[in-house]
Amino acid sequence: MLGFGDSWVFLAYMLSILSTVLCVTYSIINWNNDLDSISKEDISWLEEEVQVEEEL
Amino acid sequence: MNIPLAAVVTIIYIGITVYLSWLGFKKTRSAADYLIAGRKVHPFLLAMGYGATFISTSAIVGFGGVAGFMGMGLLWLTFLNIFVGIFIAFVVFGKRTRAIGRHLGAHTFPELLGKRFQSKWIQIIAGALIFLTMPLYASAVMIGVVRFIEQTFQLNYDIALLGFAFLVMGYVFFGGLKGVLYADAFQGSIMLIGMIFLLIFTYYHLGGITEAHAGLTELKAQLPQKFIDMGHTGWTSMPKFGSQLWWIMVSTIILGVGIGVLAQPQLAVRFMMVNSGREINRAIGVGGFFILMTVGVTFVTGSLSNLYFFKHFDKIAMQMAVDPATQKPNIDTIIPIFLNESMPQWFTYVFLLILLAAGMSTISGLFHAIGTAFGRDIFQQIFKQATHEKTIVITRIGIFIAFLITVFLAYILPGSIIAIATALFFGLCAATFLPAYCGAIFSRYITRNIAYLSMGCGFFTWLLWILFIHIKESSALGLCNLLFHKPSLVAGSVIAFVDPIVIALPVSTIVALIGTLIVRSKNNVSA
Repeated sequence: MLGFGDSWVFLAYMLSILSTVLCVTYSIINWNNDLDSISKEDISWLEEEVQVEEEL
Repeated sequence: MNIPLAAVVTIIYIGITVYLSWLGFKKTRSAADYLIAGRKVHPFLLAMGYGATFISTSAIVGFGGVAGFMGMGLLWLTFLNIFVGIFIAFVVFGKRTRAIGRHLGAHTFPELLGKRFQSKWIQIIAGALIFLTMPLYASAVMIGVVRFIEQTFQLNYDIALLGFAFLVMGYVFFGGLKGVLYADAFQGSIMLIGMIFLLIFTYYHLGGITEAHAGLTELKAQLPQKFIDMGHTGWTSMPKFGSQLWWIMVSTIILGVGIGVLAQPQLAVRFMMVNSGREINRAIGVGGFFILMTVGVTFVTGSLSNLYFFKHFDKIAMQMAVDPATQKPNIDTIIPIFLNESMPQWFTYVFLLILLAAGMSTISGLFHAIGTAFGRDIFQQIFKQATHEKTIVITRIGIFIAFLITVFLAYILPGSIIAIATALFFGLCAATFLPAYCGAIFSRYITRNIAYLSMGCGFFTWLLWILFIHIKESSALGLCNLLFHKPSLVAGSVIAFVDPIVIALPVSTIVALIGTLIVRSKNNVSA
């Protein structure tokens, strides 16, 4: 088991790598999905966001 | 140590960061520019920018040091960081937070809760909690950088702290608070390349992956008896189930941070700032890879530092990290000492830049959250008639006060504190905010009163547990000793090592669930 002392740590090591593979696969499959159209809500939200930034 | 060379490298790095920040600022002046820039940006830039904001020095120095003490069982936290902190957070929470935040016109985390529950007091209370407690996390991030500067330049801690505090103040007040895309991408790239080098170098140094792990496994014969009594079984195996060390590792470090990340106010704001669900999709892969290469690599190298130290100095990491002043090991110095002893000198400079990058991007995000909490969530809600100019001044005063508190905490906090302070803040956020936040974005039955009740029960359970049960804090705070003449009500039992999140989060969750079910059944009856 890659030299580890117990199977729990081996499992954590492998799950860390596998969950990264899951994240990368999800991104590749959905790379161009969910491109939301720009709504009026977005525009007004962004205008206010610029104001919040100014405050900082 | 070649101080002039290190200074030149640092100045060049700061110069590039300032130039890139200015470049980003010049290109995006209005809301429309921001929107267009966000959609046209190259995915690589976006990806590296996300990466830089995910990771803090607290994760690298503090938790890496904890791995040097406890071992690779901490990889469970890497798994939770990737699966919960990235995958679940982005896929499940990110898109909903973005949609509801935009719909409600919310710009801060407290504002999201306040507008969803139509209560200005929820916004004020959440803002106050962030303003009062976030400096604790900011100080942990700050200590991470300062400990590394202290070891690399052999400087006095107080002087290193003062120098870094000035640098942070300059960055926050003159460089703009929010990490600008180009600067973030630059910092992210440095971090990624540096950590890949660290991983390869460490494994190569110790004879390869399996050989390094096997060598570390054999090293358990060198465990001090004190560690064995705590439940330590070696650096490549979990601590003894139910022991003191097991509870600290699993409840405080793994669950506290692994679950707590879901209710981090500064990360929720990031979701609202994203221009489209597509950007969230793209960020997931890079985020996961980034966490693996930063947090995962730090935990592996932190643990393996024991093998390196033993081969070269006949000591384990905790013996190397003994502070000459206190004669006690300081976990926070394990990673800095390991890097300074094992890596080529040029790499320690690069690593200093990694830490500056990680520290600056995280601290700027935290002060952004603290500033808006003070100006927008507290002041503007209490004084509705306040002018825009007045809010600007108040926000800046708020940031300055928080900055002073942060530096003060970084000055007075004891050694081995980074991971504990981080876990404490993450646990508090989870216990107080997580059920109400979930309800706010996923349920239409959760009402204002249920949110109040859940947040109140979560916070006060957490507070009582800290004051009277969890011995690490209750003994330091002293109230339990004053009232009951003992450091913890359960001193001597393993319960004293159970983290507050294990109790407080279920309490606030159950309160929110029962309340929501009652409202739902009432609605069904009346329908």
